[in-house]
Amino acid sequence: MTLLPPTPSQTVGPFFGHALPYEGGGDLVPAGHPGAISVHGYVRDGNGDAVPDALLEFWQPGTGLGRVATGADGHWSVRTAPPPAARPYLPVCVFARGLMHHLFTRAYIGPAAAAGGLLAAVPEERRSTLIARPEGDGTYRFDIRLQGEKETVFLDFHG
Amino acid sequence: MTGPVAGWGIPSQERITAEIAAAHGSAVKPEHHPRRDFAPYRSSVLRHPHRAPVPVGDPDAAERTAPVLGTRDVRAGDADLTRQHPGEPLGERITVTGRVLDRAGRPVRGQLVEVWQANAAGRYAHERDRHPAPLDPNFTGVGRCRTDDEGRYAFTTIRPGAYPWRNHVNAWRPAHIHFSVFGTAFAQRLVTQMYFPGDPLFPYDPILQAVTDPAARARLVAAYDHALSRPEWSLGYRWDIVLDGPAATLPGPEETS
Ligand SMILES: [Fe+2]
Repeated sequence: MTLLPPTPSQTVGPFFGHALPYEGGGDLVPAGHPGAISVHGYVRDGNGDAVPDALLEFWQPGTGLGRVATGADGHWSVRTAPPPAARPYLPVCVFARGLMHHLFTRAYIGPAAAAGGLLAAVPEERRSTLIARPEGDGTYRFDIRLQGEKETVFLDFHG
Repeated sequence: MTGPVAGWGIPSQERITAEIAAAHGSAVKPEHHPRRDFAPYRSSVLRHPHRAPVPVGDPDAAERTAPVLGTRDVRAGDADLTRQHPGEPLGERITVTGRVLDRAGRPVRGQLVEVWQANAAGRYAHERDRHPAPLDPNFTGVGRCRTDDEGRYAFTTIRPGAYPWRNHVNAWRPAHIHFSVFGTAFAQRLVTQMYFPGDPLFPYDPILQAVTDPAARARLVAAYDHALSRPEWSLGYRWDIVLDGPAATLPGPEETS
């Protein structure tokens, strides 16, 4: 079958703030949801500087879609349900001014995160960039580094 | 008010244009998507990964399922950007319509399409837009709709103006409408920009030119369609969107429930 050529991506640009983020966009589950976890972190560029104009989306089957913009310090945060053992990760899609084509990554969460699958296929020295670090009280830290040392492992689903 | 002049580290258009030509010359085969590493677009320099993305073959990957409907409310009026305020916005009234398809040509049904754009003067209703062009109290420039059973979307809006930016001296973005589109898999997600045919700013713009293949760039340009224009009311543009993503994407359980 001949496939249609896709529409190219373009950067989300700097002016999405009044269009894409919405009230409660970081709440994949409501406040008080039993077992809810908080996942948060910073988005940084190749200099280690904050990326204050990134937009992150999170998609958990059965839970929902989340969308948050980073703050002036590059920080973001979402509240969601712990992912199931079969898929112990939170899929993340990263958009930003300066980024011509979005990037996918995953925040692996909880004890099941140590298991095989994708993590086993990633070189050990880069694996930690995919693992959300527990900070206690159901809070996990997941930083995204777009470039350079400790560059986040990004994923390709086009195969 | 005078703008910056070349020198002091701010590149000239000539230099950016030469860098674009060099990058295009280095493309050995047509590339569907823009390069993330495209130095003529200066903001990309520190914001692209150095390492290749890691392929994920897992057919059960969560990314191969679709965000369920209802992640955002869509009201009937949301697709008409000219009727969001008491008065009418200034500018050339247009309709933009087309179909969202997957690469197999199947319509992407019932999915969210979001748009945002500058007003007719080239100014965004965004606090960080400092372009000294007037805001339009009757234009916010944000719309959304859902595709119908044929994958069709439609917006009524005004034609946005070109606007300056600080990538280089005398940098101007061609008029464009930003689009955000969901497919039947999260991995098909697309954020892009639609341009207007015949814009003389195309060759100068490193964002459009980051797509190195001319045929791929042409897919970002809407077609003027006289049959879509409405007498004494609006001009019509047609633009179809083809979502990239896993070739063999099948409807996920969330979609059929
Ligand atoms: Fe724009």
